[in-house]
Amino acid sequence: MAKSMNTPKKTRNPINWLKAWSHLFFLYLYAPIAVLIIYSFNDNRIAQVWTEFSTKWYVKAFTNEDIQRAIVNSLKVAFVATIVSTLFATMAALVLFRPKFRGQVISNAIISLPLLVPEIATAVATLSFFAAIKFPLGLTSIIIAHIVFCIPFAFMPIRARLAGMDQTLQEAGKDLYANEWQVFYYVTLPMLKPGIIAGAILAFIISVDDFIISLMVAGAGATTLPLYIYSMIRLGVSPEINAVSTVLFCISVSAIAAYWLISRQTEDKTHVH
Amino acid sequence: MAFNLPENPNTRRWLGLMPAILTIFFFMVIPITILGVFSFKPADPYGGVESGFSLEAWIQLFFERDLDDSLIFEPVYLQIILRSIILGLLATAASLLMGFPVAWYIVQQPTRQRDLLLFLVTIPFWTNLLIRAYAWILILGKDGMIEKPLYGLGLIDESLELMYGNLAIGVGLIYSYIPLMILPIYASLEKLDTSLIEAARDLYANRWTVIRRIVIPLCLPGIVAGCILVFVLSLGDFISPSVLGGGKRMMLSNLIQFQFSSARNWPFGGALTMLLLLMVAIGSWFYMRVSAKDGAVEH
Repeated sequence: MAKSMNTPKKTRNPINWLKAWSHLFFLYLYAPIAVLIIYSFNDNRIAQVWTEFSTKWYVKAFTNEDIQRAIVNSLKVAFVATIVSTLFATMAALVLFRPKFRGQVISNAIISLPLLVPEIATAVATLSFFAAIKFPLGLTSIIIAHIVFCIPFAFMPIRARLAGMDQTLQEAGKDLYANEWQVFYYVTLPMLKPGIIAGAILAFIISVDDFIISLMVAGAGATTLPLYIYSMIRLGVSPEINAVSTVLFCISVSAIAAYWLISRQTEDKTHVH
Repeated sequence: MAFNLPENPNTRRWLGLMPAILTIFFFMVIPITILGVFSFKPADPYGGVESGFSLEAWIQLFFERDLDDSLIFEPVYLQIILRSIILGLLATAASLLMGFPVAWYIVQQPTRQRDLLLFLVTIPFWTNLLIRAYAWILILGKDGMIEKPLYGLGLIDESLELMYGNLAIGVGLIYSYIPLMILPIYASLEKLDTSLIEAARDLYANRWTVIRRIVIPLCLPGIVAGCILVFVLSLGDFISPSVLGGGKRMMLSNLIQFQFSSARNWPFGGALTMLLLLMVAIGSWFYMRVSAKDGAVEH
């Protein structure tokens, strides 16, 4: 009797501890970002003394010509790297999702290599390579380096999408005398689209956020936004950094939210079938 | 369409794979090989390497040259490597202790909430590491969010010096990589057969026994995978030590970066990078073995 009365208490208690811990954890995960964002709207010159609400640091940051140039550079690099890496990743995924063939394992390994190699190693290896072939450092060298590490990120969602795709529709297309390009254009591509968009979003985020590789392979004058933020941080805490960081944070979060919505929608659709 | 795809399946595969594979091969596999070769060449004092063969970079890992050219054991670089490994291990252990209960909590929620919580765990992972490290300066730094209230209450009258040390680096490492601990643990907890837990409870096992004897052994692959991911990424981390460690307390990647910038000793930087890659390769090998086993259990 005593035992049965004890049991519910015993089960409930640890669950509450678990809940409290998890809530604390999410607080820990988001508090630093919240502090960063709140203080970006602070009027005071000293970043950690709150006076009143103001958007002046945003105005100040975005009228700064160096920051404008850094943003333009970041976007140029990210757009080119996203388009090229997504195209390459799509082509590779269309081959690699098919039944086993010789060279499949090694091909998969090479494509996931950029995920395994630590960024600092990629950075200095790429720098050595460009030095060895006497390739001038600048935006082009950053773009090439970005394409490389964006490929696996673009590849993953595309291959996942292909793996869950209904093959019979393509067979049906062939039976109706569509040629290969028509099957690809009217059947495969529309079905693959969510995967391609998701892949492109991941590639874009990874490129815009990259710091270490850009740091090593950027020549003078090819400053991207994270490189500029780093140079500002080295000079000390300032509300301007908070403002620029908040903007970069919002870009990443909206992109990843879009990615989440797209992949959830397609999941729902596959569940319906 | 203007042209048709080639009939031969091998030619087609090659055409589709070529752009991605060749890009990664030319701009990653070859560069790493070149870097390995560089580590066996004499350093060019203006950056880069000179022609010839030299073991100087590898000798420099352990020894220093005296004035009369004799070698003296010099552990300064080994200490930096050791510090990276220790900080990496501590960050991994802390992430496991902090992350496991969170994964356990998420797995017990209804599906909709699970998705949302998992999404909340992944968001920071997709945001800039630099920004996340900088945010911690606002919290740990002089007059930061921790010190200010303590001053106000009169509990301290001088700075706690939380920044620019091993503590701040560790906090940065945990904060950066803990999502990669939670996600694999969550994945293996999700597959856990709950009837086993119920059976154990029917046999009067208490909650701790259930966790110790059933939950942990069954989701060991997820735990090991998470630990390897966090450790490998911490070992190669550049941002936490340079932003939160103030650049004074180096880790392996800061040392590497330093060789390619101010120190202009590319061969030594190359040797250090090869060492880092070796450690990562060992970690990845374990990771693949664990995930292969995990797959075998499923079948």
